[in-house]
Amino acid sequence: MHRNRRGVAALIRLILTVLVATSCSSGDDGAQSLTVYSGRSEDLVAPLIQQFQDETNIEVSVRYASSTDMAATLREEGANSPADVFFAQDPASLGVVAEAGLFSALPGDLIAGVPTEFSGGSAWVAVSLRSRVLVYDTERLSPADLPATVDDLLDPAWGGGRIGIAPGNASFIAFVSAMILERGEEGTLAFLEGLAANEPQIFSGNSPIVAAVDDGTVEVGLVNHYYLLGLRSDVGETRAENHFFTTAGAESLVMPAGAGVLEASQNKEAALRFIEFLLSNNAQEYFVTETFEYPAVPGLAAPEGVPAIETLAQPGLDLSALAGVLDRATQLISEAGLL
Amino acid sequence: MTTEPTPAVGTLDPRPSTGAAPPTLRGAAPRWLWLPVVLVLIPGLVPIAGLVGRVVGATDDALALARSARTLALVWNTVLLMVVVTASAAAIGVTAAWLTERTDLRGRALWRVLAALPLVIPSYVIGMTFVSASGPGGLIASVTGWQVPSLTGLLGAWAALAVSTYPFVYLTVRATLRRLDPAHEDAARGLGASPSRVFRTVVLPQLRPALAAGSLLVALYTLSDFGAVSLARYDAFTRVIYAQYAGRLDRTPAAVLALILVAIALVIVIAERVSRGRAAYHSRSPQRPPRLTVLGRGQRLAATGFLAVLAIVSLGIPIATLISWVVRSTQAVTIPWGAMAGSLTASSLAALVAAAAALPLAVLVSRHPTRSTAWAERLAYTTFALPHITVGLGMVFIASRYLGGLYQSITLLVLVYASIFFAQALGSVRASLVQVSPSLDQASRSLGVGPWRTFGRITLPLARRGMVAGGLLVFLTAMKELPATLFLRPTGFDTLAVRIWSAADSLLYSRAAVAALLLLAVSAVPMYVLTTRDR
Repeated sequence: MHRNRRGVAALIRLILTVLVATSCSSGDDGAQSLTVYSGRSEDLVAPLIQQFQDETNIEVSVRYASSTDMAATLREEGANSPADVFFAQDPASLGVVAEAGLFSALPGDLIAGVPTEFSGGSAWVAVSLRSRVLVYDTERLSPADLPATVDDLLDPAWGGGRIGIAPGNASFIAFVSAMILERGEEGTLAFLEGLAANEPQIFSGNSPIVAAVDDGTVEVGLVNHYYLLGLRSDVGETRAENHFFTTAGAESLVMPAGAGVLEASQNKEAALRFIEFLLSNNAQEYFVTETFEYPAVPGLAAPEGVPAIETLAQPGLDLSALAGVLDRATQLISEAGLL
Repeated sequence: MTTEPTPAVGTLDPRPSTGAAPPTLRGAAPRWLWLPVVLVLIPGLVPIAGLVGRVVGATDDALALARSARTLALVWNTVLLMVVVTASAAAIGVTAAWLTERTDLRGRALWRVLAALPLVIPSYVIGMTFVSASGPGGLIASVTGWQVPSLTGLLGAWAALAVSTYPFVYLTVRATLRRLDPAHEDAARGLGASPSRVFRTVVLPQLRPALAAGSLLVALYTLSDFGAVSLARYDAFTRVIYAQYAGRLDRTPAAVLALILVAIALVIVIAERVSRGRAAYHSRSPQRPPRLTVLGRGQRLAATGFLAVLAIVSLGIPIATLISWVVRSTQAVTIPWGAMAGSLTASSLAALVAAAAALPLAVLVSRHPTRSTAWAERLAYTTFALPHITVGLGMVFIASRYLGGLYQSITLLVLVYASIFFAQALGSVRASLVQVSPSLDQASRSLGVGPWRTFGRITLPLARRGMVAGGLLVFLTAMKELPATLFLRPTGFDTLAVRIWSAADSLLYSRAAVAALLLLAVSAVPMYVLTTRDR
């Protein structure tokens, strides 16, 4: 019995030690701290954030979730939000937070280097650019078999689980939002229902789709261009290959990942340093060489193996309009039974 | 209440109910005993109010989902999965229990341990290893050359869940088999009945309550499971609730679906309660060991084959897959110490809170049973039956708006853990108290010892074993908990479960495997203590 009691006491002491240790690490012993809500996935940006911590000694806590989730959460938390920075994977989620008036204006000289067409005024700034593509299995399909437009995927020949999509992913939702701007709600719902009728396989994100194409689980997938390059850098050769649509529609959307500082933040100085860091040469180079995205600040070459960004067909949309239809986009995706 | 078999919900190895109800103490129980009970039940039940509040103020658009064909399809998918998983878990569990308890199979002691062990492996870990080991490019195909189908969709969700849940049936049925009086079976056999006929007509009916209790656990677990169905990409309620939450700006649809899921869980609990009625069989402890069925050569081979395949599928494939990922990994293996510390902290605190709060209710239930203690106990089991994803979701709604400092705090996470796993601690503590007559307390009081000293010197020492066992059980399940953790963890706070799931979700299998092996290693300790004590 006594041994038992001593064991329990030791356990309690251990737990208290751990608790104190974990709470101290985020406590303010003079060092600055930063809370980032990240819609970008951990495996893509964690090393970058670590680099920022090492450089600045600012302690960063990151909450990883989908960009849409984070946007909805920020709207709900409002002024109570513990977040300092929102780092999102798409312009629509960022726009929603901007429209809710939750961002604090970024200083003009901080964002001067980034082309304005990719940013949300002074509310948020683009930090990297990515293109929508169709990834396909080269063992089962030749370039001649590939759809010329995204609407060709609605052909019943593409039915029965040949297509992979990630309908909850912010990039897919941004693609659908762009389609609403391009062809209206009815046309978009018709597209989504047609896609649903072909029984696509539903994935949680882009990298699982690319992996599934590469191991033959699905034949094609609607994703962003850089996941395949990431897979290649891990495993060497792949049987999956990117197909850039040449039609200037939502399927060829080039969209930024970006970040903004929240009005409710108590750590604005540290937050601005984080944005500054994301636009620095080091971080921009990280995006090109480690995540294989296009840089948002002109001057660096495109990642290897993808066409120059100027050569890509683009729908010619005002990206800031995407936020206004994001809600409808998610609703239509759900109505079509894909979410 | 006291004559009911101890709900299997509460214990891994439910104790025999002793038949007659123990005498209870006269006089009202001290009121303050209720305080910790109320405090620990609230974090599990309030979130449901959060969901209701969310849905009541909802737009028609959001409510339209409830009436849509989509929802109907979800109900069908979920119920279908629940039925096939429960049926197969029951079949596997009963077969394994009978083979290891009632036949002369060699190595039964080893088979018993192996058959119970999958309980330690979270269903999402079994799920991810099945998904990756199967299919054209999977481990099984590359090692053996056999073409096995991809374990995704219904097939994958079913396989992962059947394998992870059959121990619930196995353990409850095995416990009953051990205490059945063999006299009935001997009589039937004396009258010339064949062994299989004896099993069907004499043994099986007596196993019904245990089978029902185990099956209830399996059904509720299947309904609540989030990780395995998500990784198998099967559209069950939990997966779609999470997708709607993460993928939509409007959170009401997720709340609508969550409430429907809660309703299904409650229907199952009530249906089980009604169908159980008073049909419990009580046997006194058997006077002598049952006669073992002597297996023929073919039967012996088949029985050994069955148990071996079961062990290979439920333990061999998952563990071999995990190890092979770690070994084959091209990147340096890094141990997620932060996630490990997070898991240990949250789970041990939850275990302490749950065990401490269980003591007063267990004292009330066993010493001063009234209508309100019965209701409190029922509420505890209802909280246990709620799918965790619905508790997490509802709590986020409430905490982000009304709880200020508690929102995204370890305290709230621990309280919710303690609440949803409270029933397990309660079951253990209660079991340890009902074994001892309250006349001991009475004797102490009549000798002039005060109530506090009596509590400290009589009741507490009696309950301690139950508290330790219940606490270990809560620790074990809290370590594996995933969906509520996803919603409620503080920013920057990591657990092994979250690490495994998010890595597996992004197909970073070697990273998931390191965390999964750590989780198994940590869980092995309480599992060992729980299964070896009381022998």
